[in-house]
Amino acid sequence: MRAISKSFQGIHANQDINLCVESGEILGLLGENGAGKTTLMNILYGLYQPDSGQIKIDGKTVRINNPVESINHGIGMVHQHFMLIQNHSVIENIALGYKDTPFFFPKIKIKDKVEQFSKKFDFHIDITKKIWQLSAGEQQRVEIIKALLNGADLLILDEPTSVLTPLEIKELIAILRGMKAKGHMIIFISHKLDEIMDICDRVLVLQKGKIVGSADTNNTNKKSLARMMVGRDVVFNINRDKLAKGKKNLSVENINVIGDKGLLAVKNISFELFQNEIFGIAGVSGNGQRELAEAITGIRHISSGKVKMNGRDMTNKSPRQIYDNGVSHVPEERIRFGIAPGLFLYDNAILKQHHLKKFSKRYFLKYKQVKNHTKSIVSQFKVSTHSINNQIRNLSGGNIQKLILGREISEQPQLLVASHPTYGLDVGATEFLRKHLLELRKQGSAVLLFSEDLEEIFELCDRVAVIFDGEFMAVLDSDDRRFSDIGLMMAGSKRIDPMEKK
Amino acid sequence: MEDIIISTLQRAMVAGTPLLLATTGEVICERSGILNLGVEGVMAMGAVVAFIVTMTTGHPWLGVLAAIAVGMAFSIIHAFTSITLQANQVVSGLALTMLGLGLSGMLGKPYVGKPLSIKMEDWVIPYFSDIPYLGKILFSQGPFFYIAIFLAMASWFLLERTRLGIQIRSTGENPKATETQGVNVFKIKYLSVIIGGGFSALAGAHLSISYSKSWIEGMTAGRGWIAIALTIFALWNPGRAIWAAFLFGGIFVVQYLLQPLGISPNFLSMLPYIATLLILLLISLKDPKKLNAPAMLAEPYKRGER
Repeated sequence: MRAISKSFQGIHANQDINLCVESGEILGLLGENGAGKTTLMNILYGLYQPDSGQIKIDGKTVRINNPVESINHGIGMVHQHFMLIQNHSVIENIALGYKDTPFFFPKIKIKDKVEQFSKKFDFHIDITKKIWQLSAGEQQRVEIIKALLNGADLLILDEPTSVLTPLEIKELIAILRGMKAKGHMIIFISHKLDEIMDICDRVLVLQKGKIVGSADTNNTNKKSLARMMVGRDVVFNINRDKLAKGKKNLSVENINVIGDKGLLAVKNISFELFQNEIFGIAGVSGNGQRELAEAITGIRHISSGKVKMNGRDMTNKSPRQIYDNGVSHVPEERIRFGIAPGLFLYDNAILKQHHLKKFSKRYFLKYKQVKNHTKSIVSQFKVSTHSINNQIRNLSGGNIQKLILGREISEQPQLLVASHPTYGLDVGATEFLRKHLLELRKQGSAVLLFSEDLEEIFELCDRVAVIFDGEFMAVLDSDDRRFSDIGLMMAGSKRIDPMEKK
Repeated sequence: MEDIIISTLQRAMVAGTPLLLATTGEVICERSGILNLGVEGVMAMGAVVAFIVTMTTGHPWLGVLAAIAVGMAFSIIHAFTSITLQANQVVSGLALTMLGLGLSGMLGKPYVGKPLSIKMEDWVIPYFSDIPYLGKILFSQGPFFYIAIFLAMASWFLLERTRLGIQIRSTGENPKATETQGVNVFKIKYLSVIIGGGFSALAGAHLSISYSKSWIEGMTAGRGWIAIALTIFALWNPGRAIWAAFLFGGIFVVQYLLQPLGISPNFLSMLPYIATLLILLLISLKDPKKLNAPAMLAEPYKRGER
């Protein structure tokens, strides 16, 4: 790709980008959210047209108008959000994208070919299953089969590990190495340094639509890549002051919670939380974290057990009552649960506080106070927006999350339940949010932090619990040396009894 | 008594035929993600065009072909507004119904009350029609009956056993993913809506040139709406549509059977609509996820949006 440029509504998403890949090579594309990685790959895949620049394949200049042409040129792409039909079976999904699918009886006729492929790369997939019955890792393998079946020499993987468990990541890496050995080219997009260093031969670093550096992974290190990516040094170790344990704040006693599928999602969990403390819950998502957070914040029914705030029983109280007793919540999936996307910033800034006296009188909102409040959140939390009279859906994920956090801690909560607060955010926003969590801790609140990001957990938390299948596998101080086995605990194969001494 | 049962079932098959045709068409259309509430209007257009052409040329099959062509062309209006302009499909479909009912009334004015002298012969299937009971009910019917069943089965085959079927269903489930697989989603949607329109018009043609052999304004009498309800009842499967349509055909006929018992005819003519409401009620009590509705039904698809 040579001198590729593309802009959206006057904003340069890609500017003068040169990129080349050789066969048998894994190229990493590193950059923060919004650096233009995905745009660049969508141009290569024919979903967007570049404003200027050329694409050459095997020395010949080509024009790629749509995905079909790119497939014909031997390019395959695995999107960050899988392009699969959830209600259809694996084989139907493959038949949809395979260019040689026959018109009649497609499912029966391509079955052998798919099974043969699946065996060649050790995929182990039941092709009669529906996509929604598969794990994220298996779905990704279906996507890879789809690309390979169409004869892809170049495979583009957009943030492939963001949905995978650590074990699945290992399997993916093995598959990619196997493909590399067979001469395939791979472009691996990520913002995680470790993976890039681990998998790729060469890295290109993008920042604000431009290439700001490239390096062989053998001749570089994480720190210099990180500097290239954000254009400055990132504080990887936020200094967490030692604080004395405060008063007991929240106590959860033997709670059981039933999940969406009607099975027990939280099994007999108990723990306590103190002032000036961040308590982290680590684990692969889907092991009961969401149900536990929802139970404590009053969104989900607790079938047995007790939740107490400052000694008062809060079990199965309404979310409003729990909020009014000092429990705030930064929910996961911020766009679905954290905001009303079509409303303005100032509406969203008081989603939970509109009933308070200072924002309303009888049936009417006091818009002047509401707007002032919003302005103070926007400036204090550095939400970048041109106006508060703006639909919140127009903001980026990081800015939305800053506003949510600002809203949730503006009333000085005694407890903040934060679920995956930095998920999918870029390094800058992540650092900002983490600092605010620590600030909250310093001011005497307790924070219950759910995260899949172990770096985040150990950076912020005083104590850490590892959750697996609705149970705590261990509850330890975050500097406990036994956490060297945390991978095993997250996979459910090791449990440390709370009574056991170091 | 025996004769009454046989003739009732025989007439149930006839009454179910237009429902089956329209339902099959709507199933294909909705499977591609487009909700077409214009069935009633397209049906009326099909009925009037088939009647006029048959009356003037004397060839019923020419009437049928003309009706299908007009129905397909007419439903392009809905395809254009809902696919190209990405308008609200409910509004566009309702507009199509009103336009169709009005236009058909206007075109058919000179033909109201004129009887059709041309008769379509029943297709008596040799040997099969000699089977006791069943022979009379299933194997000595008018041609539309066989055509409807054949088309419903063919549609099932199309949707479940062909590449085009996978493309249509995928479009209704996840148009964005389908497009990245190199399928022209817009073409698929247009095609499905147009096929659906052809089916609806065919159902209308059956009403005017075979079922009642005359034209009156509003003769579709809500059958298009029932077809939309049956689409849900059949869980978007043309195979299930077959028995669902004939079950409703039975309810249409039962009113004549119950009339001698002294029940008010006004109440009896409500029966099919009451049954429709009941079925929609029963279905909505079930878990919507298990209903198998196309995931992106009635959602306009915008290309290039994240």
